[in-house]
Amino acid sequence: MNTKINFAGIEMKNPVTVASGTFGYGREYSEFFDLSKLGAIITKGTSLKPRSGNKPSRVYETASGMLNSIGLQNPGVEYFTQFDLPFLKKFDTKIIVNACGSSIDEYVELCKILNTIDIDGVELNLSCPNVKAGCLAFGTTYDGVKEVTSAVRKVLDKPLIVKLTPNVTDITQTAKGAEDAGADAVSLINTLLAMKIDVNTRKPVLANNTGGLSGPAIKPVAVRMVYQVANAVNIPIMGLGGIVNGEDAIEFMLAGATAVSIGCGNFIDPYTSVKTIDGIENYMKNHNIENINDIIGKVEMN
Amino acid sequence: MPKQIFAELVKKEKLLEGLYKFSISAEEIIDIAKPGNFIEIRINENLDPFLRRPISIFNLDKKNGILEFIFQVKGKGTELLAKKKERDKIDIIGPLGNGVFDFNNYNNLAVIGGGIGIFPLYELSKQAKQAGKEVHTYLGFRNKELVTLEKEFYNVSNTLTITTDDGSYKNSGFAINYLENDLKDKKIDCIYACGPLPMLRAVKKLAEEKNIPCQISLEEKMGCGMGVCLGCAVQTESSSDANPQYLHVCKAGPVFDSKLVKI
Repeated sequence: MNTKINFAGIEMKNPVTVASGTFGYGREYSEFFDLSKLGAIITKGTSLKPRSGNKPSRVYETASGMLNSIGLQNPGVEYFTQFDLPFLKKFDTKIIVNACGSSIDEYVELCKILNTIDIDGVELNLSCPNVKAGCLAFGTTYDGVKEVTSAVRKVLDKPLIVKLTPNVTDITQTAKGAEDAGADAVSLINTLLAMKIDVNTRKPVLANNTGGLSGPAIKPVAVRMVYQVANAVNIPIMGLGGIVNGEDAIEFMLAGATAVSIGCGNFIDPYTSVKTIDGIENYMKNHNIENINDIIGKVEMN
Repeated sequence: MPKQIFAELVKKEKLLEGLYKFSISAEEIIDIAKPGNFIEIRINENLDPFLRRPISIFNLDKKNGILEFIFQVKGKGTELLAKKKERDKIDIIGPLGNGVFDFNNYNNLAVIGGGIGIFPLYELSKQAKQAGKEVHTYLGFRNKELVTLEKEFYNVSNTLTITTDDGSYKNSGFAINYLENDLKDKKIDCIYACGPLPMLRAVKKLAEEKNIPCQISLEEKMGCGMGVCLGCAVQTESSSDANPQYLHVCKAGPVFDSKLVKI
């Protein structure tokens, strides 16, 4: 049985990765399982300088999902390179750094540094709904995505993945912006902009008022968008949004994803990602599939 | 190091309306658990409720490998949890939290709790008393109907002061007023507190005025419970609102030196 995939030039032992912001830099979950089991680890969104994040309250549970407004709190790329990267390098898995910035210059400066360190790829975060500058300012239009991706492409030789927001009218447009700028792949979806109001206080429960919705609640939206993007661009897709088991992962792959990411599914069970890998293998056994690549995009439309 | 265990619910007790004590078989984690630690409970295999519920540890019965926790039914998660039956298995991750109650350097302890915030203080008082420390406990409740665990705390305290806001049982008023009064002639080396935010703020202020070390246990909505999602942020005292810095309740806490955090 072959579960190996080549995602944007990154050779992965299986299609399962862990999504940015739901796995930190790996330390916490390494106490539960061997991180070498994963196809790749996508780090917490990392910026040029440390960011302290948004005011609390930052998270709230909703029906089959959760809202978050962390605001990209992270220790910065220098700290990552010095303290987290050496830890991650102990494992036989691929390391993809999720890169975030507030301006094109910042993205470029950051990616210049990322180009020099021992990582396997960069995921450009153009889709965080919880910060004022950057991200959504670039991430919601064809031109915006193309502009920042092109600038980064000039300084980055490593595989470049652009993470897309679902908070747009037509996600195929932003996907094309990434492709036309020379991105090697796209990942989708980031969280859906959302709000929860406490009816007793009449105030939103998050200090930032709005946050990003993730979890199984958004999975059908994510699957639809992966399908649409798969039919609009020729670069591979990392699919994510509410995956908690092997069947969910297979669904994304049938829709057109080459790789998948486990997001807040990690929070409900530290073993969700490894169980997803097992679940994919079980599905392959039960359906006599020898090579996982054979199911990518194989949805049969009505 | 936290572990995931599927612990048998050995004993289920209803303490008050909507307040339950669960005793679970937790040999695998009990020896590494400390006073102040919490556990995260997955309510069921369904995806709604989605997140685990963080709940503080009430009692560690190391001899019998039993961990006890107490929770109030507040929403759909705790409502479903309350429906579990004895012999059911409960999916638990723990012990969690690196900030725990520490009494090694102190001999005279004041332990103050309010409402459902009293539960994480029990194991602290128990271990401190066993270690030969003087434990003076102050527990505040809204009214007589909500007073609970009086006997249990009495057994692990040198003195126990129970207060009710409305004076319907024992002392009238807030627990902190009695602590403050006792500080006039009682030597206290460290104050330990858990309870509603207004109480914690008052305790923090009192401790800092009197220059007494103070450890407080905080609560915040959590995503992962182990320092990954960075959801349960609390601002550091030393940082300005213009340039705030944050610690996380699940990882740096839930117990903090009161001088470290802005609450």
